[in-house]
Amino acid sequence: MTPFPIRPGRSWGRYPATRHSRVLRARWRDQPPTLSDLRGPLLASGCGRSYGDSGLNADGVLIDATGLDRFIELGEHGLLRCEAGVTLAEILDLVVPRGWCLPVVPGTRWVTVGGAIANDIHGKNHHRLGTFGAHVTRFELARSSGERLLCSAESNPELFAATIGGLGLTGLILWAELRLQRVPGPGIDQETIRFEGLDGFLTIAAEDVHHEYTVAWVDCLSRGRHLGRGVYLRGAHHPLPADWAPLAVGPRLRVPCDAPSALLNRLTISAFNALNYRRAPRVRSRRAVPFAPFFFPLDAIGDWNRLYGRRGFVQYQCVVPETAGAEAIHEILERVGTSREVPGLGVLKRFGAQRSPGLLSFPRPGLTLAVDLAFRGHATLELLEGLDAVVRQAGGAVYPAKDARMSGESFRAFFPAWERFSRHMDPRFSSSFWRRVNGS
Amino acid sequence: MEAEGRPRRVLIVGATSAIASEVARRYAAGGASLVLTGRNPARLAAVGDDLRVRGAGSVETEILDLLDRGRHAAVVKRAFGGPLDVALIAHGDLPDQQRCQTDPGEAARALELNLVATVELLTLLAGEFQAQGSGTIAVVTSVAGDRGRQSNYVYGAAKAGVGVFLQGLRQRLRATGVRVVTLKPGFVDTPMTAHLPPNPLASSPQRAARAIYRAIESHRDVAYIPWFWRPVMALIRAVPESLFKRLRL
Repeated sequence: MTPFPIRPGRSWGRYPATRHSRVLRARWRDQPPTLSDLRGPLLASGCGRSYGDSGLNADGVLIDATGLDRFIELGEHGLLRCEAGVTLAEILDLVVPRGWCLPVVPGTRWVTVGGAIANDIHGKNHHRLGTFGAHVTRFELARSSGERLLCSAESNPELFAATIGGLGLTGLILWAELRLQRVPGPGIDQETIRFEGLDGFLTIAAEDVHHEYTVAWVDCLSRGRHLGRGVYLRGAHHPLPADWAPLAVGPRLRVPCDAPSALLNRLTISAFNALNYRRAPRVRSRRAVPFAPFFFPLDAIGDWNRLYGRRGFVQYQCVVPETAGAEAIHEILERVGTSREVPGLGVLKRFGAQRSPGLLSFPRPGLTLAVDLAFRGHATLELLEGLDAVVRQAGGAVYPAKDARMSGESFRAFFPAWERFSRHMDPRFSSSFWRRVNGS
Repeated sequence: MEAEGRPRRVLIVGATSAIASEVARRYAAGGASLVLTGRNPARLAAVGDDLRVRGAGSVETEILDLLDRGRHAAVVKRAFGGPLDVALIAHGDLPDQQRCQTDPGEAARALELNLVATVELLTLLAGEFQAQGSGTIAVVTSVAGDRGRQSNYVYGAAKAGVGVFLQGLRQRLRATGVRVVTLKPGFVDTPMTAHLPPNPLASSPQRAARAIYRAIESHRDVAYIPWFWRPVMALIRAVPESLFKRLRL
């Protein structure tokens, strides 16, 4: 179970703040809550790590699925069956010492299996193994009609495709089965490369098809010829010896309260970015590291979202096709850099050509950029609306799991399968996100 | 604190409770052999599967309704199918105090489950442990047994009864090498308490389980779960009855 208590009403970005009429706990997969008896729209909730409002259900019922936290079976060939509220942290804790690893992990290990499916999450190895959903073989879905449906590529295939990346709108996932990958050990052979600007990134990314994991950190405040400078990280699994710590323990450091919103401003972030950039070695460097800090650097600081203060933050993650890619990313960085907004960490990665299995899956071939922005009201929203236009023009998409503000028009442009998807929704399920982009 | 070279064998009565199944996970991770009892077959099976995956050397399950007294002996016999290291009694049910006040049958039922059944089971276990000459008996009681309060005194009376029984049992078994651990959780955020208003002192089942596991493994006599309930309850016990009766606790 997550060491972060769920604070119903706010998501990870802490914007917007909402209320739920009721939070209901699901605890037994053989006896899920009777969904038809509940009043108001329903939505399942896991660790609450979605950034915007896709995990919120204002004035509706939230079904807390973190009590569905049991393993069911770990087969010899790495086929794992577990309930939907099991966290990726618990899975890693169990399987890594036995020589297995999750095929896909996001930037935090505090997400549930149900959440990972509902957002069809991706990781640093998207270019090799695709999304999380590509490794899910089947799951059971409880619908408000009282039906419980086994979904896989063979059984209820349309509902299977709608639920993967389906933002929790197709029903309550009770358990899932997924395929693990064999790894030589709990370490990562990590290579760090500093790059001067966006072109530097593209050069490294182009030559880089063989590394299992790749990601880059970018300084969103650098300008001119330094625009898009940053640090490229890549790695592969490595048989690191014994000195690795168990994983599921919570962080040692924790942000105890909301920071004053003045703490993070363009000056402090600029200084932090410069420090981070210069700390990275000028020449390529390689070393073996435990895998947790490589995959989950921010998990080291509990409740880091509070650094953005009471008003919270929004994360903007987009993907643009390779053809339009560099120019669009350049334009976005330029706009963020010259605005008066306060961008935190920027993350840049190249997605591979793997087809995402979900109707509403976000990942598609191209370049993806994610930026945190302190929420400063109208000006922040206006900047992001402008970025949406750039992404639409480029034929890309913005990630709903991180969104709290995209327009319905943008959503429909980014996810042309939305209409087909909506036919598979559970009529009783909804979310703040879904009502927002559908204008109700 | 592993028994020399052999995986531990642990009986958990009431294994589907949120706290007990978390404690079981700690033993499972160490490769222990587990004997679990619970009332609901599907839930017991779900807990058993989870513990197998988490590393339990073996998991045996017994469907047991504690009010079905005829079955206690068979369950204890099965648990002692091998040398038993720990018996954790964690079953229980929070009765509806309001109903207990008007329905004597309900009050009696609450005492039967939370006190009488526990005493019966403990009597059987104590005999077997005594014959074995080693082992730990740990029982989940409650801070509610430390002082009677109008909001839950039927439950509190049952837990207080178990507490006194354990004090005597501890003395009796001391010389035989069998330990008796009284566990007193305060407010734990579990399905049993989900209908109550949120409590600022509530702890998670994980935290409670961690404290319980530690208390059992370090052979504490009486452990408050978590520790801060010890001073809190000391204070509550110290209030003179003439004043206490006026309080709205």
